[in-house]
Amino acid sequence: MQTRRTLIALAAAALLAGIPAVSAQDKSIVVSSTTSTQDSGLFGHILPLFKAKTGIDVKVVSQGTGQALDTGRRGDADVVFVHAKSQEEKFVADGFGVKHFPVMYNDFVLIGPKSDPAGAKGKDIVAGLKAIKAKSAPFISRGDRSGTHAAELSLWKIAAIDVAGSDKGPWYKEIGQGMGVALNTASASNSYVLADRGTWLSFKNRGDLAIVVEGDNKLFNQYGVILVNPAKHPHVKKDFGQAFIEWLTSAEGQKAIADYKIGGQQLFFANASVPGA
Amino acid sequence: MAHEASALQLVLSADPALMAIVWLSLMISMAAVALATLIGLPVGAAVALTRFPGREAVIVTLNALMGLPPVVVGLAVYLLLSRSGPLGSWGLLFTPKAMVIAQTILVAPIIAALARQTIEDLWVEYRDELAALNVGPFRRVATLIWDARFSLITVLLAGFGRAAAEVGAIIVVGGNIEGFTRTMTTAIALETSKGDLPLAMGLGIVLITIVILVNALAWTARRAGERFAG
Amino acid sequence: MRMLAFDLPIVLHDISVFARNVAILDRVQLDLMPGAPTVVIGPNGAGKTTLLRVAMGLVAPAGGQVTWGGRSGVPPARRAIVFQRPVMLRRSAAANIEYALSSAGVARREWPARVEELLSIVGLSGLGARPARRLSGGEQQRLALARALARDPEVLFLDEPTASLDPAATKAIEDVIRAVAARNIKVVMSTHDLGEARRLAGEIVLMHRGRVLESTPVAQFFESPKSQEARRFIAGDLLV
Repeated sequence: MQTRRTLIALAAAALLAGIPAVSAQDKSIVVSSTTSTQDSGLFGHILPLFKAKTGIDVKVVSQGTGQALDTGRRGDADVVFVHAKSQEEKFVADGFGVKHFPVMYNDFVLIGPKSDPAGAKGKDIVAGLKAIKAKSAPFISRGDRSGTHAAELSLWKIAAIDVAGSDKGPWYKEIGQGMGVALNTASASNSYVLADRGTWLSFKNRGDLAIVVEGDNKLFNQYGVILVNPAKHPHVKKDFGQAFIEWLTSAEGQKAIADYKIGGQQLFFANASVPGA
Repeated sequence: MAHEASALQLVLSADPALMAIVWLSLMISMAAVALATLIGLPVGAAVALTRFPGREAVIVTLNALMGLPPVVVGLAVYLLLSRSGPLGSWGLLFTPKAMVIAQTILVAPIIAALARQTIEDLWVEYRDELAALNVGPFRRVATLIWDARFSLITVLLAGFGRAAAEVGAIIVVGGNIEGFTRTMTTAIALETSKGDLPLAMGLGIVLITIVILVNALAWTARRAGERFAG
Repeated sequence: MRMLAFDLPIVLHDISVFARNVAILDRVQLDLMPGAPTVVIGPNGAGKTTLLRVAMGLVAPAGGQVTWGGRSGVPPARRAIVFQRPVMLRRSAAANIEYALSSAGVARREWPARVEELLSIVGLSGLGARPARRLSGGEQQRLALARALARDPEVLFLDEPTASLDPAATKAIEDVIRAVAARNIKVVMSTHDLGEARRLAGEIVLMHRGRVLESTPVAQFFESPKSQEARRFIAGDLLV
């Protein structure tokens, strides 16, 4: 009977051993990034190219921007790759990141029912949002402190609509979920929703949804990449992480980003060399 | 995994990425069940065979812990294993081992609570006979576990089912990293969020099929065992 | 090779056992001496089973004292019991016997020969590989006997060993009991079957309502019972 117990223990040990182990020496980094880069399929396109060039495995944990930065702050990632400029600057200023590098931008699009019951259609996002508010047409908000959520809130602010206070109502629903879930929810309830173009293009369950507003300058969405500060978290693999950042901002990496297309449409526009991006 | 391929095509073509996900799911769930058995079985047996003050409270607690919310366990393990947490230096966050730890915590109470009931029921039946044979306490436990082995297989399957179906804890501590910590359930969650509902559903059917296969295998083993040792 | 007798005589001195304030055994006085089988008889609820359990050492009495070979608190190393409904371990018949051999500390290399011998004593030769729970009631009863004998006991308690068995199975069990007694093992058994008591007993103990009314050689009991209850029991009138 003792031997049986030993056998179970051995089996457990064998099972654990069979699971890919992580050693400190393995050639990989953890990148905390946003759901938009993951769900749009960009990483699936560029990471194999990076791996082929450098042999470094990039393990992407995709979260909302707020959570992704928090993961970096806790030292659980080597690199953060997000899109919320003010939060990113604070991250670096607080000493959690080494330096912020612009990488690319994509744009947000306002998604809504093809019939456009609020009459929001056009090239002006502020006018579109005001129309939605005026009709109290249903709107789905990510509500998850993500970069997209932050962008949406700042657009409401520009439109002088106080979704958290006086203009609050049953038309405005915060779901606290990722981009995909927000789109699924909008699709199921014929609501308006602000989405990044990449996720929208690769999203399959569109139902009756279509793009309502696009092309407004206010809808541009800048992505940046930051190495987590090894001075704060000594275990950060700074050489591999730095290699990833350098590759992303190199001509080769920028081309890889620009080459990623869905249905012939480019999703992300590389702009690492643009000053002040 | 190609987005365009249907789940059926993926399975029929033995898509290596899908196979890796299936394999990882099985390994993690089985490792968690094995570890949870090492913890839960002795605890269950000990509670079944001993009488001490507060025993009823322990039993109620064990039973209640069967319903531990996975996302809470995931969060707790996350905070524990995070580089900024007490066990951060182990570097286990966002690895399969972290997923095994989280699932072990979820499964161990199930095994302990159900094993406690199973062993106690058998103990009522065996008590006099084992006392008459003058069997010592450790041998008693071993005998009860061995003689309850067919019922205990069902207990392990209950634990396996919980582990295989679980997503809330492992997505938090594993990070759903493609090719590394992506399992059936986290892949389903991802495909759902990408709006590829047919692929998500297809993966779900694959998962259910695997769980049924594992149960069928265990059932066959149990029947064969009973025929020879019943 | 039989070891020296340590557990006999068993002396029950002023034994009382209660369940929910009802006396199951009421100041019982009884000596169990080496020799021919002692058969405990009495109507249902008389306390026969509890008497055997106390003598076996499984039930601690609320009052009084039990001594085995003059000592108290002796673990049941050389005593064995077959319950009225023996529990078969979920293993083969042979493995049930091996379990008893192992818990009695018999060396593993002796097991195969002992298992064969014990199966043959109880008439189960050839059934060793069967799952114990698939055996018939009579076969299970005999396997339980073999398991008890595996402990090489000085004294063997049998609680209604033939209750609910058909005549053929009863005869088989009684033959084993005779063989056991012939091997100089003290048998203490309960029964409600007077015929069986007459066939097997050297000594009869009559119980009624938790008390031992008579403890006498078998011939004397049936020919000149001392108590009123004994006469009524023999006549079939003492039911409760």
